[in-house]
Amino acid sequence: MLSTIYILWLRQIKRYFRSKSRVFGSFGQPILFLVAFGFGPMYEKAAGGDYIQFLAPGIISMSILFSAIFSGIDMIWDKQFGFLKETLVAPVSRFSIIFGRTLGGATIAVFQGIVVLLLSMVVGFRPDNWALLPLAFVFALLIALFFAAFGTAIASKLDDMQGFHLIMSFLVMPIFFLAGSLFSLEGLPKAIEFITKINSLTYGIDGLRTALSGASNFSIYLDLGVLTFLTIAMFVIGAKLFAKIEI
Amino acid sequence: MKKIIKIEGLTKKFGNLVAVDNINLNVEKGKIFAFLGPNGAGKSTTIKMLTTLLSPTKGKISLNGYDVTNDKNEARKSFGIVFQDPSIDIELTALENMHFHAVLYKVEKSIRKEKTEELLKMVDLWDRKDDFIKNFSGGIKRRLEIARGLLHNPEILFLDEPTLGLDTQTRAYMWEYIKKMNKEKTITVFFTTHYLDEVEKIANDVAIIDKGKIISKGTVDEIKKENHTKSLEEAFLKLTGRKIREEGADKNNSMKIRVKK
Repeated sequence: MLSTIYILWLRQIKRYFRSKSRVFGSFGQPILFLVAFGFGPMYEKAAGGDYIQFLAPGIISMSILFSAIFSGIDMIWDKQFGFLKETLVAPVSRFSIIFGRTLGGATIAVFQGIVVLLLSMVVGFRPDNWALLPLAFVFALLIALFFAAFGTAIASKLDDMQGFHLIMSFLVMPIFFLAGSLFSLEGLPKAIEFITKINSLTYGIDGLRTALSGASNFSIYLDLGVLTFLTIAMFVIGAKLFAKIEI
Repeated sequence: MKKIIKIEGLTKKFGNLVAVDNINLNVEKGKIFAFLGPNGAGKSTTIKMLTTLLSPTKGKISLNGYDVTNDKNEARKSFGIVFQDPSIDIELTALENMHFHAVLYKVEKSIRKEKTEELLKMVDLWDRKDDFIKNFSGGIKRRLEIARGLLHNPEILFLDEPTLGLDTQTRAYMWEYIKKMNKEKTITVFFTTHYLDEVEKIANDVAIIDKGKIISKGTVDEIKKENHTKSLEEAFLKLTGRKIREEGADKNNSMKIRVKK
C-alpha cells in the first residue's frame, strides 16, 4: 500500500519537474495578479491597511487552487494516453492509486504556493508573525489536498478535455473569485455571501490569511475544522468515483 | 492438462445491447490461444472482463484458479497484458516504466534489477533504457510493453492485437520472442488479431466469436476441416460472412473509458 502510494506520488513529481513550461508557466498568473493588483489603483481604494498584506494570501491560495485542481484533471490525459489502464489492472487497491496521485498533485501545489509566497515578499509582503508559518503550511496543504481530490473526482467523470473550459469558467474561476481572495467578504449581497460561505476555498484563504497576515473573518478553529472535514469528504467522493471507472 | 483460463456463462450487457452472450471457453496451460472475431464481435469486451477492467453482467471467470470478481488481486498477479494501444507513461524513461510496474506488482527488490535487465535485453531495449518513451516508435513501445507485462512472472500473457500497425520485421521478431517465452517459461498466451496468417503459424487453439457468441473453436486444422476450407481466413469468412462490420465509436473501443451509470 505504502509503496504504491509512494510510486504514484513520485510519478507526479517527476512529471512536473520535467515539464519546464509547466513549472514556469504556473508562476505567470500569480505574478501578474500580484503586480496588477498589488501596485494598481485598488491599492489606494482599499481602505484601512496595506493591500498587499491582504492580497498575498489570496494569490498564494490561487496558485495552490489552480495547480491542485489541474493536477487532478490531468488524469484525463492518463485515460487518453492509456497509462491509466496499467494502474487499473495492477494488483493494488484503487484507493492507494488515487491517494498517491492526489498526494503528488498536492505536493506540487504546496511547492508552488511556497514559491508564490517568496515572490510576494519580493513585492513587499511580510508575514505578520513568523512563528505562524507552520500553520500557514497546514492550510496550504489542506487547500491543495482538497482541490487535488476535487480535480480527480471531476476527471473520473470526464472522458476528454473538451469539458475543460466549462470547468474553468463555471467552477474554478467562481471558486477563486468568490472566496475573499481579492476583496474582503464584508458587505456583500446576501446571495453572494451565501456562495462564499459554502465555498471551501473561503475557509482556506481565511485560515491562510490568519496565519500570514493576522487578519480574519472566522475563527481559526472554524477554518481548520470545516476545511479538514471537507477534504476528507472530497477524498471519499473522489475515491468512490475513481473506483467506478470502467474502461 | 490444467485449465488456466476458465470462462463459464460469461455475459456482458450495456443497456439493451448484449456485447458478450453466455460464452464458455477454456484455455489449457502452456497453450497459445487465438481469440478471433470481426470488429464489434465482443473480443475487446471479453478481454476487458478477463483482465478485471470490466465486471461481467453474469457468469464466472477463473484465471490460474482465482476468480476475477472475488479474488481480484490474485487474479491480477497471474497475468500480464499488452493492450491494443500503448499504456506506458511517455514522460518517463523505459527503466522508470519498468520500475513503476515492479513496485505496483511487488516484485522483490532483490530480483527487480536483474529481471528488468534480462527482459529489456531480451526485447533489445537495454541500450535505450534511459530514453524517454515519447521518443520511441510504435514498435519499440510494444516491445517495452511486452517486457513490462512479463516483469512479475505472470502465468498468462494477454495480447490485444499486439502486431497492429507494426512492420513485418517487428512482427516476425515479436512472435518469435513470444513463442520463446511460451516454450521456455510455459506462459499461456491469449491473443487477438486480425492477421489470420499469424494465427495459422502460431496458435495451438482458436476460438471465433461473433455477435457476442462463440461460433467455432478448436485447433486451426479442426476449424479448416469442419468448414472444408484450405485456409483459416476462408473458414473465418465462411463463418462470419463477408459483410463489413461497423464498430460503434463510443462502444468497446479501447481508447474510450466509460463510467458506470
